[in-house]
Amino acid sequence: MSATVELHGPEGWFAVCPVDVLEPGRGVAVLLPDGGQAALFRDRTGRLYAIGNVDPFTGAGVLSHGLLGSAPGDRPYVASPLLKQRFDLADGRCLDDDEVSVASYPVRVG
Amino acid sequence: MENRTDTVPGSVERPAGRAGARRPTIVLVGHGMVGQRFLEALTDRGLTTSARVVVLCEEPRAAYDRVHLTSYFSEGAAPEDLCLVEDGFMARHGIELRLGDPAVAVDRGARTVTARSGLVVGYDTLVLATGSYPFVPPVPGRDAEGCFVYRTVEDLLAIEAYAAGARTGAVVGGGLLGLEAAGALKGLGLATHVVEFAPRLMPVQVDEGGGRALRRRVETLDVSVHTGVGTQGVVTGPDGRVRGMALSDGSTLAADLVVFSAGVRPRDELARECGLPVGERGGIVVDASCRTADPSVYAIGECALASDGRVYGLVGPGYEMAETAARRIAGEAGAFTGADLSTKLKLLGVDVASFGDAHGAAEGCLDVVYSDPRAGVYRKLVVAEDGTLLGGVLVGDTESYALLRPLTGTVPPVAAEHLVLPAGAGAPVTLGVSALPDDAVVCSCHNVTKGAVRDAVGTHSCTTVPEVKKCTKAGTGCGSCVKVLGRIVSAELAANGIAVDTGMCRCFPQTRTELYEIVRALRITSYRHLLDGYGREAARGGEGCEECKPAVASILASLAPAIGVSGHVLDGEQGALQDTNDRFLANMQKNGSYSIVPRVPGGEITPEKLIVIGEVARDFGLYTKITGGQRIDLFGARVEQLPLIWTRLVDAGFESGHAYGKALRTVKSCVGQSWCRFGVQDSVRMAIDLELRYRGLRSPHKLKSAVSGCARECAEAQSKDFGVIATASGWNLYVGGNGGATPRHADLLAKDLSDAELVRLIDRFLMFYIRTADRLERTSVWLERIPGGLDHVRDVVVHDSLGICAELEALMAEHVAHYRDEWAETVNDPERLSRFVSFVNAPDTPDPTVRFVPERGQIKPEPALLTLSATVTA
Ligand code: SRM
Ligand SMILES: Cc1cc2nc3c(=O)[nH]c(=O)nc-3n(C[C@H](O)[C@H](O)[C@H](O)COP(=O)(O)OP(=O)(O)OC[C@H]3O[C@@H](n4cnc5c(N)ncnc54)[C@H](O)[C@@H]3O)c2cc1C
Ligand code: SF4
Ligand code: FES
Repeated sequence: MSATVELHGPEGWFAVCPVDVLEPGRGVAVLLPDGGQAALFRDRTGRLYAIGNVDPFTGAGVLSHGLLGSAPGDRPYVASPLLKQRFDLADGRCLDDDEVSVASYPVRVG
Repeated sequence: MENRTDTVPGSVERPAGRAGARRPTIVLVGHGMVGQRFLEALTDRGLTTSARVVVLCEEPRAAYDRVHLTSYFSEGAAPEDLCLVEDGFMARHGIELRLGDPAVAVDRGARTVTARSGLVVGYDTLVLATGSYPFVPPVPGRDAEGCFVYRTVEDLLAIEAYAAGARTGAVVGGGLLGLEAAGALKGLGLATHVVEFAPRLMPVQVDEGGGRALRRRVETLDVSVHTGVGTQGVVTGPDGRVRGMALSDGSTLAADLVVFSAGVRPRDELARECGLPVGERGGIVVDASCRTADPSVYAIGECALASDGRVYGLVGPGYEMAETAARRIAGEAGAFTGADLSTKLKLLGVDVASFGDAHGAAEGCLDVVYSDPRAGVYRKLVVAEDGTLLGGVLVGDTESYALLRPLTGTVPPVAAEHLVLPAGAGAPVTLGVSALPDDAVVCSCHNVTKGAVRDAVGTHSCTTVPEVKKCTKAGTGCGSCVKVLGRIVSAELAANGIAVDTGMCRCFPQTRTELYEIVRALRITSYRHLLDGYGREAARGGEGCEECKPAVASILASLAPAIGVSGHVLDGEQGALQDTNDRFLANMQKNGSYSIVPRVPGGEITPEKLIVIGEVARDFGLYTKITGGQRIDLFGARVEQLPLIWTRLVDAGFESGHAYGKALRTVKSCVGQSWCRFGVQDSVRMAIDLELRYRGLRSPHKLKSAVSGCARECAEAQSKDFGVIATASGWNLYVGGNGGATPRHADLLAKDLSDAELVRLIDRFLMFYIRTADRLERTSVWLERIPGGLDHVRDVVVHDSLGICAELEALMAEHVAHYRDEWAETVNDPERLSRFVSFVNAPDTPDPTVRFVPERGQIKPEPALLTLSATVTA
């Protein structure tokens, strides 16, 4: 059994899933205890990130289904599968629209 | 008329002028291509501010691109797409444009123009740009119902309306405009004839050899060519409608519609009536400043008889006249003393070009000729004894035109013999743009020199062709110079030390084609390896990006058997590279739900299978719709429902339709020989065979196909990437068709093929495309882009000119042998299935944001979600 990923939601840390369920370069959606949702990602170096899953441009819970990328030398982002806006995985900031961002959640391997 | 400056019925509103100062008035009669160019030249010089400008336009619409009229039929351009006037142009410059209000009289004594509406406008300067009218020879029956000319959008709409009830059309005249008209009739689906009195097509532009090559090309397009015969009369039926034409050789040609395209005549009637001198064969006499005998009246464009005694029927010289007149009116120097009649045209898809002394009229000159009658390629250069290039004719392949024309009058750096030979046939050097001198005119429509283009890059910091177009206007006319522009821009950027980046994305400096070759030759099987080994320095070790990941996944998938990776798109690292749709083997919809499109090969489906689709849709509450691709789309599935739905579909014998992939979509079919009274081959069987053969094939963009059972083309094969039309003796294969945003009719690649020949050619064609196309480049765009175009592709896939056909066929054989249904493999594999959950920590909880409301007895995404998004962004 591999180590478990924990996420810091609105009500504190909680266990999500085993680390090796996470595929490098992709994400999964996480149901938060308050009924909200997060998108949890693992980059190719093994680092974990979690941001809000609901795409603010369409209202759909889809960010976890997007593709990861990184500008050369920069932090990873996810591109929304619907209209392709990119969100910084570290802080949830939208890279294509300064006015928009999604939440970001601390993650750890417990 | 006492008031000189203007007045009466429906008096024209005037823009506020400077108080007190009387602004002079410039009246332009005719708002065609040259008229609009004249207005632009006025604005460039600030004359629209210092003068009042009134335009009388006979046509009901503002200036449009007459040169590309035929694109209405061939490319589906709407009349609005042809408009030459930028939005808001007239208002911004305070120009008074009166549509549908032609000038009917000019009073030079009073200096007024009277329009049909009764408006009388006083002028200080009058500019006539009335163009020409199509000449209709005085043959009996020329006024019959069904006779047309081809010059305006209104003509084109009338022809289109009439053609709905017609099957055969004949064009009188085999010159430039006649072939344009023939293209229009072809585009309307009529069996088309061209009747030309001269012994060859385009007698003015091309010589005999060129005429032969042109004829061959035109005939392969199913246009019947009749040369050396005159039209004696139009034959009409008892209802007075056209039935055909009587020809000078005594024969009759059946036709439901006739288009006269036997030349044009200058529209000089206004000038004649007000006593201005006109030429013997028409045309308003002007001097080198484009001024008529009356110093306040100018004439420009096709209505003018220039100072060299010629009337120019091309738009390039007209533009020069427009510039000249505007300059003179502004008090600047400028002269039009004649222009080069060089032309490069694409008529009926056949490239034709002639330049300089095309017919070799100069004394002692020599012809250097290359002719390949089989391919319909002909190239002739006329050179003086000392090697000076004097002119030439190019038919079928005009690639070198843009470089040769500007070299006219110089001794080219490469011997003429080598310049006519096709690339690869012993030509030791190819001529680069560096051979052009700075004063060489590269864009003849707008008279832009190579120096001006270099300047746009060097001084005005343009770095792309679109920027250079904007800055210099080069390339915005007929478009024939755009390729050379691109090469000059690249060369200039390189010379200035600015790298021209042709890389696929931020991560890779290579093009897709180059990456394909790297993967193939080095048998690279992983994206990481490719990125870290061959990516841009700064991108190595990074995450890559959403552009190159799916492109590399597609390259790996198309080469899978050859390089030894798993063919399943979700396996290992490949799964992580896939676009969202491919990763879930379904298409994501606007609310995050997915749609399902099972394959229905050739559109043929049994009642049992239809019932299964109905039952699945009902049981899962999916919205169903018949698609434009002859199959059925089921919308509104949540990600965790996909495996359940597909388990049922796979059990009933369905497989993935790859609606989500850059892969083969559908091969549409018509009902064909088995049922249709006209069918000559079994189009359904062929469509099914082709769909099953190429299913799952990953490619740079999606691939679509269709098979029609006869020339009526009910399956729309000519709008497909590869389309097949049955003939009495086999199949015709068309390639490079496209619907979508920029529709393109497919080109005929080969005729009368047997089943085996057809499949072999398609195998080669598809594999050659996959190997050489850019990312997200449909076959239509690819075919237009790659050097040599259709001819080159034909050489490669039909004549095996590169010697790679065996390899291409082997790659396809591998694909066919290794094909397995992605969904069947997925539903049988718990590991792959584990991804199909809404929430990793709550696999049984559905995503609460996926909500539906009813509409017309089915579901649709709840609109409230979308309003929510609006408030978040606001
Ligand atoms: C479902 C369907 C419309 C329908 O309800 O009929 C459809 C739906 C979509 N089309 Fe289409 N196209 C559909 C037939 C067509 C056709 C008609 C045809 O195939 O005969 C065309 C024009 C023919 C052609 O492609 O040349 C067509 C031209 C496009 C284009 C423009 C392509 C182009 O080269 O310009 C796009 C955009 C793209 O691919 O980049 C597009 C893209 C799309 C996308 C994928 C847009 C998107 O990214 O979400 C739509 C996916 C809906 C979904 O998620 O299921 N669709 N689309 C049709 C599915 C046919 C099928 O059975 O597979
Ligand atoms: C199908 C087709 C294809 C062509 N292809 C090419 C090509 O590939 N390359 C090329 O160089 N050239 C081509 N030409 C020729 C090119 O279109 C003309 O050279 C160009 O349009 C001439 O411009 P113009 O302004 O002088 O005349 P036009 O564009 O004809 O404009 C004259 C305008 O004046 C109007 N007018 C006439 N009398 C009056 C009046 N009394 N009052 C008000 N308005 C009046 C007319 O209605 C018309 O709108 C093609 C032409 C056609 C028809
Ligand atoms: S294309 Fe021909 S065979 Fe097919 S349905 Fe139409 S008319 Fe019949
Ligand atoms: S030559 Fe026609 S646009 Fe440049």
